[in-house]
Amino acid sequence: MDAEVRFDRVSCHFGDVKAVDDVSFEIAEGEFFAMLGPSGSGKTTCLRMIAGFQYPTYGKIFIHGKDDSSLPPFDRNVNTVFQDYALFPHMSVLDNVAYGLMVKKTGKRERYLQGEEMLDLVKLSGYGNRRPSELSGGQRQRVALARALINKPRVLLLDEPLGALDQKLREQMQVELKALQRQVGITFVFVTHDQQEALSMSDRMAVFNNGRVEQIGSPRDIYDRPSNAFVAEFVGTSNVLDATAAHQLTGVAKPVSLRPEKISILTLDQSTDGISGVIADVHYMGSHTRYIVDVGDETPVRIAVQRQNLEGNELPVGNKVVLSWDDDALRPLDGGTP
Amino acid sequence: MSETLSIHTPPAASYSRRISAYLYGRPHLLLSILLLPPLLWLGIIYVGSLIALLAQSFFAIDEFSGIVVHELTLDTYRQLFSFANMDIILRTASMAAVVTLGAALIGFPIAYYMARYASGKTKAFMYLAVMLPLWSSYLVRVYAWKLILSKEGIIGWTFEQFGATWLLQMILDLPVIGGASLSVSYIGMFLVFLYIWLPFMILPIQAALERVPPSLLDASSDLGARPGMTFWKVILPLAFPGIVAGSIFTFSLTLGDYIIPGIIGSSRLFIGQAVYMHQGVAGNIPLAAAFSVVPIVIMAIYLTIAKRMGAFNAL
Repeated sequence: MDAEVRFDRVSCHFGDVKAVDDVSFEIAEGEFFAMLGPSGSGKTTCLRMIAGFQYPTYGKIFIHGKDDSSLPPFDRNVNTVFQDYALFPHMSVLDNVAYGLMVKKTGKRERYLQGEEMLDLVKLSGYGNRRPSELSGGQRQRVALARALINKPRVLLLDEPLGALDQKLREQMQVELKALQRQVGITFVFVTHDQQEALSMSDRMAVFNNGRVEQIGSPRDIYDRPSNAFVAEFVGTSNVLDATAAHQLTGVAKPVSLRPEKISILTLDQSTDGISGVIADVHYMGSHTRYIVDVGDETPVRIAVQRQNLEGNELPVGNKVVLSWDDDALRPLDGGTP
Repeated sequence: MSETLSIHTPPAASYSRRISAYLYGRPHLLLSILLLPPLLWLGIIYVGSLIALLAQSFFAIDEFSGIVVHELTLDTYRQLFSFANMDIILRTASMAAVVTLGAALIGFPIAYYMARYASGKTKAFMYLAVMLPLWSSYLVRVYAWKLILSKEGIIGWTFEQFGATWLLQMILDLPVIGGASLSVSYIGMFLVFLYIWLPFMILPIQAALERVPPSLLDASSDLGARPGMTFWKVILPLAFPGIVAGSIFTFSLTLGDYIIPGIIGSSRLFIGQAVYMHQGVAGNIPLAAAFSVVPIVIMAIYLTIAKRMGAFNAL
């Protein structure tokens, strides 16, 4: 696996704030890589360091094996799709797309030809003469993509690319972005705070928190085997049990994560084999229902349980229930609860 | 029935509450009421008087009696285009152009600093520094400059201290723009105009630059543009409406000013002085009106060119 981007013990400080704190990871060639984390976790700073808008305070960043740590953005073979798209308002859509070629002093004919090709790629042919202000949010996003791709970068960086779009359009763009990445075959690195987006789109993802990378892996790795409480709770929903609670419920005094959908919930007349508890709250979510169940005799523990909705199986608040799960549903975690 | 009614009738309302409720449902009526006075002001007093002025320029003065003849004629304009008057117009327009250029060159970096780098207290200080001169009397400032520029003034004194009087003399010996001292030369007049109108250039440029999202500059460099290219292709075009707005101020203010040319500089007339003279001493209102049409026409041409160049594309 050839590393397209490699972070070697990179830190980025703004005064006393350690935005990125001793981070090392690799992004493979042709990968769709997600950097996931809450705001202020350092993911955007990492993206900006790959683009060259920010230089690392310590450490090195290698792009395609070359130390690019302090190369300015205009000398890097990396392009960015900005969160606000950053389209030039005084230029037509075609001039926006062809900007990278204009900078390289490519002839007008040639750059417009290539610009039209890129617009074609993002399904916006015929929009070249419009102004960015005349386009919808989704269309601007496509123009930003076309503009970033025209220089044939090795790596495409996307900063919260779908953040400003509404739910329906966002889902559609997720599919299109994946398809586009397969089509152009370059490395995509995208930053998001939406765990669903990261899970559904990426080949691999890094979970950021407080300037550090908490875990790196495939979405399945991250979801099924979160390494610590932060990851377990940030990616998807999880019952994170501290050592005491875990001891009470499982017999082992080590912190664990337990996904709500891995727990089976039965009424007393269906089973008595498991942990008994009382339903404290019910959230109907359409395809499934989430139950909040109070368990434990000594210290009460709240457990979220998720169950597919089948015909007529809703359980009311106050109902006594029995919870059970397979042993491999329990994921041991590093450290304690966050 | 009466119960149902009482539910739907709002509580007994005061007049002001009722008026508010009435207007709330009719936003256009509210808007027209609010806009009517300023529009009347603008329409009648402002544009109206401008048209009256314009109309004056199409009358002419009777050579013998000195009375304005209310008959449409182009005689006044014929008079305007005489050699002596064209000289005044050309002189004023050149000065206005040079002042505008100078103000743009000096104003842009200051505005750029204010918009991009200064924040918090520094920004407040910059605003204050730019506006402060406007708080003191215009006349006082011009007379202060007369002292600064005079032969015994601080500029001459500084040159003397550095033993560079010869340099100042060389500058003053330049044809046309030189003179006996800075205070009676076009160079001096240029400096004073530049000083007086600079805030009017800085503020619009600063406002225009303020509206340029930093991500546009990132995007430009991301796409391979070096800072110089980013400046020419992104920053300057986006600041252009501000520069045009600022230059409208500096240009038209210089075109119409009659105080600075009166105090600083030679006895050669500027448009403002010509207007002042013709409407006052000479009583030639039509010619004064024709003279004041000149800046309007120049500005109209200027704006047309600016529009052609795409100055307002980003608006």
